[in-house]
Amino acid sequence: MPVPDEPAATLAKEPLALPKIGMPRRPAGTLYRGREGMWSWVLHRITGVSIYFFLLVHILDTALVRLSPESYNAVINTYKTPIMGLGELALVAAIGLHGLNGLRIILIDFWSVGTRHQRLLFWIVIGLWLVLLAGFAPRQLMHIFGGAA
Amino acid sequence: MSTIDAPRSPLVSPQRRRKRGINWEKWGWIYMRASGVVLVVLIFGHLFVNLFAGEGVKAIDFAFVAGKLADPFWVAWDTLLLWLALIHGANGMRTIVNDYANNRLVRYILLGAIALSTIVLLTLGTLVIYTFDPCPAGSPADLLPSFCPVP
Repeated sequence: MPVPDEPAATLAKEPLALPKIGMPRRPAGTLYRGREGMWSWVLHRITGVSIYFFLLVHILDTALVRLSPESYNAVINTYKTPIMGLGELALVAAIGLHGLNGLRIILIDFWSVGTRHQRLLFWIVIGLWLVLLAGFAPRQLMHIFGGAA
Repeated sequence: MSTIDAPRSPLVSPQRRRKRGINWEKWGWIYMRASGVVLVVLIFGHLFVNLFAGEGVKAIDFAFVAGKLADPFWVAWDTLLLWLALIHGANGMRTIVNDYANNRLVRYILLGAIALSTIVLLTLGTLVIYTFDPCPAGSPADLLPSFCPVP
């Protein structure tokens, strides 16, 4: 009959002998860790949480249209300051990245070519995202800092 | 090549996995992708009309929103946007809570808060869209959309 380890005896001898957990060595040929796949996942989570909390606030502020024109206008006017204008730029950047990367995830999940080229797809996402921001950022900065209107 | 463990939250899957009945995790997974595709269209349309076209965010006021919500097209658009986006976001937050909240009580509190806020905001948002009056009586005419009858 095989004798199992005796953790009780070990613990009695060395009460502070905790199992050593070091950084795992990077296995050769890992496809995911530390590369485009991981960073797209990290960015997807961060942008997702940010957009979620904005959405909660945005539903509440828009609900003020039911209260009175004055209360809605008072709150929406605080969105028209330069700082909030930059915040809207950040919001659009987050939404753009989350949406484009979401499409990348769908291509990876349902299309074998997408899975094989997920790394290239990540850089395509970044490229399209920069194009999107190049279109939106000047327009937004013009609206916010442009003076008139 | 080494095998990577299935990325499942240890707190949820093993106990909750059912042998029969509806596989809710699978439908949640499908929902994220299906709603995601639709949301890309809905949100970029929403952002284009509200932030890009015309004078951008500076043009948004009660009259602007009232003008949109007087149109059945935008009523349908905003209703779909509200439901798809909030449930998509809440389900994403649920995934993140399941991944990181190891304490049972904290996890239940967070999941409960997500569920409660989702139900409250879906109810509130839907009521606002469908009980909205673009020309509320007694409001100054210069704050209202131009199609409102002049008193």
